[in-house]
Amino acid sequence: MLDLLLSTLLDLLTLKHMTFMMVGVTVGLVIGVLPGLGGIAGLSLLLPFIYGMDQTSALAMLIGLVAVVPTADTFSSILMGIPGSSASQATVLDGFPLARQGEAARALAAAFFASMLGGMFGAIVLTAAVLAARPIILAFGSAELFMLTLFGLSTVAALSGGNLAKGVAAACLGLAFGMIGAAPATGEYRMDFDTLYLSDGLPLVIVGLGIFALPEMFDLLRGGGAIAKQGQSLGRGWFQGVRDVIRNPGLVLRCSGIGALIGAIPGIGGSVVDWIAYSHAMQTSKDRSQYGKGEIRGVIAPESANNAVQGGALLPTLLFGIPGSGSMAIFLAGMILLGLQPGPAMAERDLGITYTIIWSLAIANLLGTALCIALAPGIAKLTLVRYTLIAPFMVMVLCFAAFQATRSYYDLLALLAVGVLGVFMRRFGWSRPAFLIGFVLSLGAERYLYQAVQFSGWDFLTRPLVLVILALTLLSLWAGLRKSSGSGAINTEGAAEDSRASRMWPQLAFAAVVLGLFVFTFAEGMKNSYLALMFPVAVACVGGACALWVLFWQSRGAVASGSANFDTEAQAKDYGPWPFLGWFLGIVALTGLIGFFAALVLFFLAFLRVVARCPWWQVLVLTGAACTFILVLASSLNLLFPGGVLQAYLDLPWPLR
Amino acid sequence: MTSITRRTLMAGGAALASAPVVAQAQTRGDSRVDFSGRTLEWVIPFAEGGGSDVWARFLAPFLSRHMPGRPTIIIRNVPGGGSITGTNDFYARARPDGMSFIGTSGSTQVPFLLGDRRVRFSYANMPPVFVSPTGGVCYLPARFGVANAAELGRLRGQELVYASQGATSLDVVPMLAFEALGLRVRHVFGMRGRGEGRLALERGEASIDYQTSSAYLRQVVPMVQAGNAVPLFSWGVVDAQGVPQRDPTFPDIPHFTEAYEMMNGRKPSGLAYDAYLAFATAGFAAQKPVMLPPNTPANIVETYKAAFASMMTDPELLANKDAALGEYVQATGDAIGPLYRLGTTIAPEAREWVRTYLTTNHNVRF
Repeated sequence: MLDLLLSTLLDLLTLKHMTFMMVGVTVGLVIGVLPGLGGIAGLSLLLPFIYGMDQTSALAMLIGLVAVVPTADTFSSILMGIPGSSASQATVLDGFPLARQGEAARALAAAFFASMLGGMFGAIVLTAAVLAARPIILAFGSAELFMLTLFGLSTVAALSGGNLAKGVAAACLGLAFGMIGAAPATGEYRMDFDTLYLSDGLPLVIVGLGIFALPEMFDLLRGGGAIAKQGQSLGRGWFQGVRDVIRNPGLVLRCSGIGALIGAIPGIGGSVVDWIAYSHAMQTSKDRSQYGKGEIRGVIAPESANNAVQGGALLPTLLFGIPGSGSMAIFLAGMILLGLQPGPAMAERDLGITYTIIWSLAIANLLGTALCIALAPGIAKLTLVRYTLIAPFMVMVLCFAAFQATRSYYDLLALLAVGVLGVFMRRFGWSRPAFLIGFVLSLGAERYLYQAVQFSGWDFLTRPLVLVILALTLLSLWAGLRKSSGSGAINTEGAAEDSRASRMWPQLAFAAVVLGLFVFTFAEGMKNSYLALMFPVAVACVGGACALWVLFWQSRGAVASGSANFDTEAQAKDYGPWPFLGWFLGIVALTGLIGFFAALVLFFLAFLRVVARCPWWQVLVLTGAACTFILVLASSLNLLFPGGVLQAYLDLPWPLR
Repeated sequence: MTSITRRTLMAGGAALASAPVVAQAQTRGDSRVDFSGRTLEWVIPFAEGGGSDVWARFLAPFLSRHMPGRPTIIIRNVPGGGSITGTNDFYARARPDGMSFIGTSGSTQVPFLLGDRRVRFSYANMPPVFVSPTGGVCYLPARFGVANAAELGRLRGQELVYASQGATSLDVVPMLAFEALGLRVRHVFGMRGRGEGRLALERGEASIDYQTSSAYLRQVVPMVQAGNAVPLFSWGVVDAQGVPQRDPTFPDIPHFTEAYEMMNGRKPSGLAYDAYLAFATAGFAAQKPVMLPPNTPANIVETYKAAFASMMTDPELLANKDAALGEYVQATGDAIGPLYRLGTTIAPEAREWVRTYLTTNHNVRF
């Protein structure tokens, strides 16, 4: 085994193989830096080139990309407040406040270093576990997977913000949104308004971007100025960040372990790992007052976990041919194109291939971290640029990332709709992390509960591993609730002190809308057969009760409502986010008329001239740069932009098509 | 790929308001169309990384080599709606100029055959130019003491559990097969892919399963060799008359119809069997057809057919085909028509029988 490990390493360390790995790492870096684009988009980009390559080069290239994305996606999470990919949503919560306080360098350094350690941990886990992982993976049946989704949901307690009822309602709202589309038990379509688009459910990438990125963007635009409020530069903090990581070895180790384990269990998926790690960091901290405001542990935890996921996720992919995540599904396709079939032989006859993959993972993590650190000072300067110049580029990339989901115009509409919801949830302090956790775990919770009951009846509750996870869940609930009703409450949506409104009607109206959504969920749920109605109805009842509770307190007046009273617009003196939402609505509507590319050009010209007040030469240069960028990206992905009414009548050449 | 981009970009400005693109002039007196310098789009109504995507990406470079004029062929993934979105879109929008063609899968044929109301396309109107068969093997854990299909009768009265992807998915084929055999099977839905189904069986949650050929070879054969699993039957392939034949990948495993005979001592017949056969053919024996848009001129169709036929003689393809095509005889030329028809049609009574069956037993609303 050891000589095989060594020989695969030597084989990998040739110029040719390393060159291809660098290609993967570079593409992964670019894709990771761009908000919303993750491993799926990156691997799709590389897939057409796989055919005819030798196996080691191709694997090195693909793994190079997979390994780097969760490191590089940190850039936009920390610097822009926009999740770089679904793996680093939790990084935003504390990373972005750090950047705004002028500590971007420290946050980035801590994130990259933690990422690298996590990635290495994942590679080590893979090496050790590949020979013995089958029984572990087989131990997690539907019952255990259901309990794991409950464990994931229990983190809502810690992430619910200052008001538990709002947090639970937000999680229920996320669960309800996650139920759009086919019911796992019966295949009945729920809340799909009879459209094909919604019959598959809302894409996660759109929900993530809508709920986090759009509200943040509007907020930054309102503030004028640059992202970093203080300081001339990034601050020195590079070594500080590394020291922060070294001071928390236990946290890094535990979060890497959580990441690798959750990654290795097919069915849960990597997109909740960052939240589980984040809430774990919070639950195990003595002083939780800084979480959400710029606590470095809140950056270290998700970052060490999301890189470790990749090593774990390779286990079911290689041994069982079951991809643990979306990007693993494409990696699997790449393997098949290379003539490699996953299976038990990957731990026996084809162990060499597995080791090549492991070494690639480890080396690419090192390379990726080094490159990220090298690039960081340059990229971080973006936080000093006037945000009105950055915003149109962000709009462009967000739209592009959104319609990567299903390549249709509806993707943009969905982004807009979720974005509006996000704006209000942010404003009134309904925890968006809780919403997202609910959304991600929704179908899993329903599917696995139904399957567990079908496979083994309610006896499943007595299985030993189920009881262990149940105990962990209760522990996590206790740790999350421990302080949340007191001064130590964590606000994921901003400072509570500035948000005590005297005018209550906007909050009341939103709470009523939330209640209305639950009533709708209930009514739609009741239309289904027994197996498909239980979940939506239960969620609607719990969520509805919480919304009523919030309404009850809010209706008692500004002072008596206590923590239920939360409105970040309470002290606002401008028009609110509406003008900027209007701009976004503009580009979406214009896309519906004349297609995305033409709409983008007009949007750039108008926005830069009117909002950013640039001189014409600057307007033209920036617009030209944006067009070039988006065309190169789209052409390398063979992408057609969503068309509008115009395209229905005229056959235009690409990219206007 | 960069060269296409540059050219398209340059052409873009000039051709802004010009006439729609039509396939280039016909050459040399014969009716073949020349695609020199063109970029053809192969629409795959599934996301990147799925079975159909891999199949198309494997074939595309070879097809390009055998198309007159060596056009560039790109794969355009249009996912959504369980492949109905992309196929609807292609059917309604694609121009009959040979510049785009589509490859669907059993998962697209099943809702079409069931008469799903969201389907807005008709296989009958799209000219087929290639059909790829595939297969799969149904197997049982060894603990039941059933050595082969002849002993399936021992399971009468015993409830088996099948981990299914859904009543209207491709897993309707095993459902109809178990029904025709008279096995009592509980279907637990919500699996995402056959891999999860196999995992459920390995954990002991499910007790009967099938895997497609490549997964069977890699994942189940070791279980069979270790004495933990027993193959029962394959889905088989069909000849030009629609008569089931053994799967060339598994010449030693009986196909479903043989298994039925082994179990019951007589040939299967009746609506339940007809329904099974129609869906099994659509789902496996004629799983992946390639089609041109409705009303495509005959010369373009012939060009495509010839290119696919010539592609299947490419020595490099033949040497590497295992990963994407397996042992199956790919339908080209005259073999296309019969197989395509078998895989995309169903007798009205059989369809009605399946719809009633699904509504009664699994609450499916049509």
